[in-house]
Amino acid sequence: MIFQGHCQNRRRLLSRWGWAVLTVLGFIGLSINTVFAHEFSGFVGGEARVFAQSAIQPGQKDHSASFVLNPEYYHEFDNGSSFTFVPFFRVDSADDERTHFDLRELTYLWLHDSLELRLGVRKVFWGVTEVVHLVDIINQTDGVENVDTEDKLGQPMVNLSFARDWGTVDLFMLPFFRERTFPGKGGRLRSALVVDTDRAVFESAAQEWHTDWAVRYSHFFGDFDVGLYHFIGTGREPTLLASTDGSGNPILVPLYEQINQTGLDVSYVVNDWLWKLEAIYRAGQGSEDYSSVTGGFEYTFTRILETAMDLGVVMEGIFDDRGDSATTPLENDIALALRLTVNDPESTEALLGFLQDVKENARSVFLETSRRFGDNWKLTVEMRASFSQPESDLLFDQRADDLLQMELNYYF
Amino acid sequence: MIRVLIFCTLFFLSPLSVVAETPEEKGLAIAVEDDKRDNGFGDFTAKMVMVLKNRQGEESRRDIRNKTLEVEGDGDKSLVIFDKPRDVKGTALLNFTHKTGNDDQWLFLPALKRVKRISSSNKSGSFMGSEFAYEDVTSQEVEKYTYKWIRDETLDGKECFVFERTPTYKNSGYTRQVVWLDKKEYRIYKIDFYDRKNALLKTQTNKDYKQYLDQYWQPNEMFMKNHQTGKSTVLTWSDYKFRTGLKDKSFNKNSLKRAR
Repeated sequence: MIFQGHCQNRRRLLSRWGWAVLTVLGFIGLSINTVFAHEFSGFVGGEARVFAQSAIQPGQKDHSASFVLNPEYYHEFDNGSSFTFVPFFRVDSADDERTHFDLRELTYLWLHDSLELRLGVRKVFWGVTEVVHLVDIINQTDGVENVDTEDKLGQPMVNLSFARDWGTVDLFMLPFFRERTFPGKGGRLRSALVVDTDRAVFESAAQEWHTDWAVRYSHFFGDFDVGLYHFIGTGREPTLLASTDGSGNPILVPLYEQINQTGLDVSYVVNDWLWKLEAIYRAGQGSEDYSSVTGGFEYTFTRILETAMDLGVVMEGIFDDRGDSATTPLENDIALALRLTVNDPESTEALLGFLQDVKENARSVFLETSRRFGDNWKLTVEMRASFSQPESDLLFDQRADDLLQMELNYYF
Repeated sequence: MIRVLIFCTLFFLSPLSVVAETPEEKGLAIAVEDDKRDNGFGDFTAKMVMVLKNRQGEESRRDIRNKTLEVEGDGDKSLVIFDKPRDVKGTALLNFTHKTGNDDQWLFLPALKRVKRISSSNKSGSFMGSEFAYEDVTSQEVEKYTYKWIRDETLDGKECFVFERTPTYKNSGYTRQVVWLDKKEYRIYKIDFYDRKNALLKTQTNKDYKQYLDQYWQPNEMFMKNHQTGKSTVLTWSDYKFRTGLKDKSFNKNSLKRAR
């Protein structure tokens, strides 16, 4: 159950997976005579989701509680190379699909001068904006974790990184594809039709074993930070096709196409302003190539009202040239957010956001707050609500899913 | 020859040469000498423990590691890594300070594996919720202030220069700082910080100086008291290691991501 692939592939998958693990362990074995700095950390916690309205989609349960465990084992060799192991486990009361295990990280990092070789399962983030993460493509979204698409599944890879005076070049070989996770029948925050991940369809005959490639250049030039990449391989974002299950019930089936994607991210800092831009050009998903762009600014007021508090104002626009046929709900929207950093010993923070569709009346608000209690506990409270979603909107099916989510984690 | 001697004698005895140094020049000369004595350390690593105390006396602790590289002709490069509290473990800050203009700063957020450029123009912001502002903990360059010597004074048995420095950079939280620096070894023992309304805001006192490489003096303890809120922060330094072989490439976005 490490990867949610096809049943018929599972045996082959495990054997190749086992081979990958042995390779990583072999590397560690080679360096066993060096000094280890064993480190054990991570978090364990509970989460409750309470919804304002009763569920409207068949099979959904009203509220949910879940348990999460995310330990982390790390050690560093005296030459700077390191090994990281991060398993992730969640048990959910309402949704069988949300009860899942994932290998977030199992990486050996070999460091030599300004060259890094990272081998194994990892997470890589690209991008600069706050609301939509357009250019981020290496890792698949863990769609059952949160609607903000910031939780990712571990991606197996070989990554070479060269840092030079003129910039950093990263080469990625991605030997195995991770399918996106979707809420199951019992879960909320989903489309009316359940996405049946066991029936995923691939454009490539190699299915999840298609080898994907990416190359990225990044550098900073004074106040500018720039990243430019090209990706060839299986698109992380599926096209959902209408289908039926064995008993003739309507379902959705994810189709993973072969794409070419070029992405650019730029940030520019000028005094208290931080300007951001992300753009992608994608070919291979659907019949037409398309581009999508997001950008905006972040401005921070420091020490507001003569207190220690900082207030950041974030404004971003999102534009996808596919319009309503886009595979994402945010295709032509404006986002405005306020971030309050209290700068107290408990690191209290609040982020209040507002999203408005430019053409439709559809809008949504969210509030995310967090505070530490003692040295090890952290409470996070999130509220999300959407209004006036037209039937054509991808979020229409979630119109009853305004939620209050409370998460209490213990960090060790 | 005699005429030359007489001329020289007259020149050196003349009161002109004595009054030539204004309080501003004397203040600047002190700062330049202080900077000179701190030059050439190469690089260092150290551990910091920050204890935040509120008015009720409740304490909160942060464990931090610091790596600093001296850059010839510009401000230092530094990497600050947070170990505690546990929920921010692995968060790291990469800072390229500059003698003039804004610093370049990047923050690494380990949960998202995200490197974020941050605006450094507002230096008055709190450093990790403590009473230290960013401008108090980043590298101090001569060019960042104008100076004025005020008086000489004995502080806790040490002969000190007392001088005032006024930030030349924009967006400082202070109109001025008054610094007590000992005449013998050029160690800062006390700084009074005056807010934008020129009212006394904070006092920093440094204790337990130790000398490294037979030249560089570093305090083991920095205490910052906020007079207006009653809150305070104690910053304790330990495990100083100089010339550890850090290089320019130890301070880029790749090293920030694997800093932990």
